[in-house]
Amino acid sequence: MWQRETFKKIKQIPSEEHVFPGTSLCAGCGGLESLRLAAKVLGDDVLYVNAAGCFTMLAAYPFTPFKGSWLYTTMGSAPAGAQGVRDALDVLIAKGRLPKEEDLKVVVLGGDGSTYDMALSSTSGALYRGLDFYYFCYDNEAYGNTGMQLSSSTPYGARTATSPCSLQHPAGTIQEKKDIFEIWRAHTPPYIATVAPRYPLDLEEKFARAAKFTGPKLFLALSACPTGWLYDPGETPEVARLAVETGLWPLKEAINGQVTHTYIPKLKPVEDYLKLQGRFRHLFEPTRQDEAIRHIQERVDAYWKRVSG
Amino acid sequence: MAGEMMTGNLAAAWGARLSAVDYIPAFPITPQTEIVEALAKWCESGVMAARFVTMDSEHSMMTAAGAAAATGARVFTATSSQGLLYAMEVLYSISGWRAPLVLVNVSRALASPITLEPDHNDVLAARDSGFLQIHAETCQEVLDSILIAYRIAEDERVMLPVIVNLDGFYLSFTREPVILPAPEQVAQFLPPFRPAHLGFKASAPHALGVAVLGGTPYSYFRHQMHLAAMNALDVHSETAAAFERLFGRRYDVVEGYRLDDAEDVLVMTNAFASRGKVAVDAARAEGRRVGLLRLRMIRPWPADAIRGALRSRRAVAVLDQNLAPGQGGILFQEIAACLYHEALRPRALCSFIGGLGGKNLSEGEFRTIFEQTAEAGVREKGIGPVLLYTEAEHREMTQLQMLAAAPGS
Repeated sequence: MWQRETFKKIKQIPSEEHVFPGTSLCAGCGGLESLRLAAKVLGDDVLYVNAAGCFTMLAAYPFTPFKGSWLYTTMGSAPAGAQGVRDALDVLIAKGRLPKEEDLKVVVLGGDGSTYDMALSSTSGALYRGLDFYYFCYDNEAYGNTGMQLSSSTPYGARTATSPCSLQHPAGTIQEKKDIFEIWRAHTPPYIATVAPRYPLDLEEKFARAAKFTGPKLFLALSACPTGWLYDPGETPEVARLAVETGLWPLKEAINGQVTHTYIPKLKPVEDYLKLQGRFRHLFEPTRQDEAIRHIQERVDAYWKRVSG
Repeated sequence: MAGEMMTGNLAAAWGARLSAVDYIPAFPITPQTEIVEALAKWCESGVMAARFVTMDSEHSMMTAAGAAAATGARVFTATSSQGLLYAMEVLYSISGWRAPLVLVNVSRALASPITLEPDHNDVLAARDSGFLQIHAETCQEVLDSILIAYRIAEDERVMLPVIVNLDGFYLSFTREPVILPAPEQVAQFLPPFRPAHLGFKASAPHALGVAVLGGTPYSYFRHQMHLAAMNALDVHSETAAAFERLFGRRYDVVEGYRLDDAEDVLVMTNAFASRGKVAVDAARAEGRRVGLLRLRMIRPWPADAIRGALRSRRAVAVLDQNLAPGQGGILFQEIAACLYHEALRPRALCSFIGGLGGKNLSEGEFRTIFEQTAEAGVREKGIGPVLLYTEAEHREMTQLQMLAAAPGS
């Protein structure tokens, strides 16, 4: 049984903020909430290496919401940027040109479009080289900053601007969400975890645990997205909760490749989650697509049967 | 003969070694590999105090290079051709970060059709990236240009990355005598990299490469880059003077060869300029008053030096080892543009396209260039673009086509 060691009660989460409000991100952004919580453990001695995506708008001249540093790179190579910064810091410290206390944690911030698609090669390279860095993927399951087009993180049955519902494909997206967790895990980095903003103790505990490891530390953060998933911004906590409680978003970690589920949901029906969101409305209106809904339910059931067996 | 025999590639590696670089992200590509192989060996053995990292692509390689330079390390890397284009978007990022580093490009023609031999469509594709460009003719110049490039790049008035270009095969794999400067002398010429406005550290957080909203801040930063690039002309002349004082070798933004009394001038770049100089000698022996202007610095564009070298000539021929399909020679356009307001501009400008994909430039082709340029000067009407192709090459190609159209097809 997985036990939290550092964060047992909500009061143990530091009240100090490291990501300040007033950014141009959407109200109710689940990704930003996850980052805000993560930064409570990461602190301020951080360099965020950003890939093109929604979070690129966090640092828009002349503003940044961080006390730490920021480097925008490209959509496909933020992990390579992290490599350059980490290596340079190491070299400068080793040569005595930078005091050790000036060191920074290097944290990649990428959306699912970058993470699952374009930056797969540079991420794989960084994992292969054992780069000492954090990877924070805010996963809203589509190319969000460009207006919600299909990414390889988009789940079966979701409607996006480039996987619309049609007579041929009434469910919208026909592909299954790519399993990036397993792709990362195949590289056996010391630490991988999924997190969700509605489970702050689980999230904080995972960042605290990750800090003990040297090497790649990767986080997949559920980024419930009112703008793209089409629900009221105030419902982000509920959508994030149901993603976890239906079993669609398993909370887990992998230490040196060993997977542990950190929260075992009671597996509410997936419908409870799907119904809240406009991107799945076509599964219920004007006619109910029982087969598609059943398909989603069966995939979730099969997952939990496999991991608990 | 003074100096050690070494290839252009090894001279490039020595340039990085003598510049005491801190960091070398790498990715292999023909014909650049000897550079990264030599550097990997030197880093491994400890004769260089640099970290060498093999990346997963040129795109990643350039990102790591720029990010490390932005962190305050002196960075070297090298690529070629497809690799340069694969990294292209990152070049624009690095110059925007105002992160000085040196990138050696070993010129190789671009696919398709895919080939290994040189022309300059690769490096000239980067001409608007904000990287400065120095194009070298000899192995010695490759090494020297890297030292010069670091000093220019890291100058507070510039703070921009530099590409040093050499031709694949013809220079990368050709051994020439190269004088290796003493490390103590290089240290005198090239001060340690201690940037005042770059470097990520805990006590001085800052944001780099951030988004801007609208054209006002965007234009401001782009204008700044242009002005900094233009500063590199003066910085180059100061740097070249310091280099000459210490090492006795003189480099200018352009190099004139037998220009003094030349009526007609041939403009070239890179290693094939050596052939052009031989052709000038041959033409002079036949009584033609011709000379050669080699462009060494392509960015910033040394317009004044070019105007100074070409004014009052009868005719000028630009031999482009590149082709902008539907337009012609890239450098021809730039030469023509900078001569427009020159009152004593040449009476004819001729454009020749030659040496694509390493295609030979024969004596006959040079003779034709000088003849046609002289005629154009007399007629006061330029020609081109002339696509150089000899009869022998045409015969060879016809044979290949017959083989390609296999019997029975």
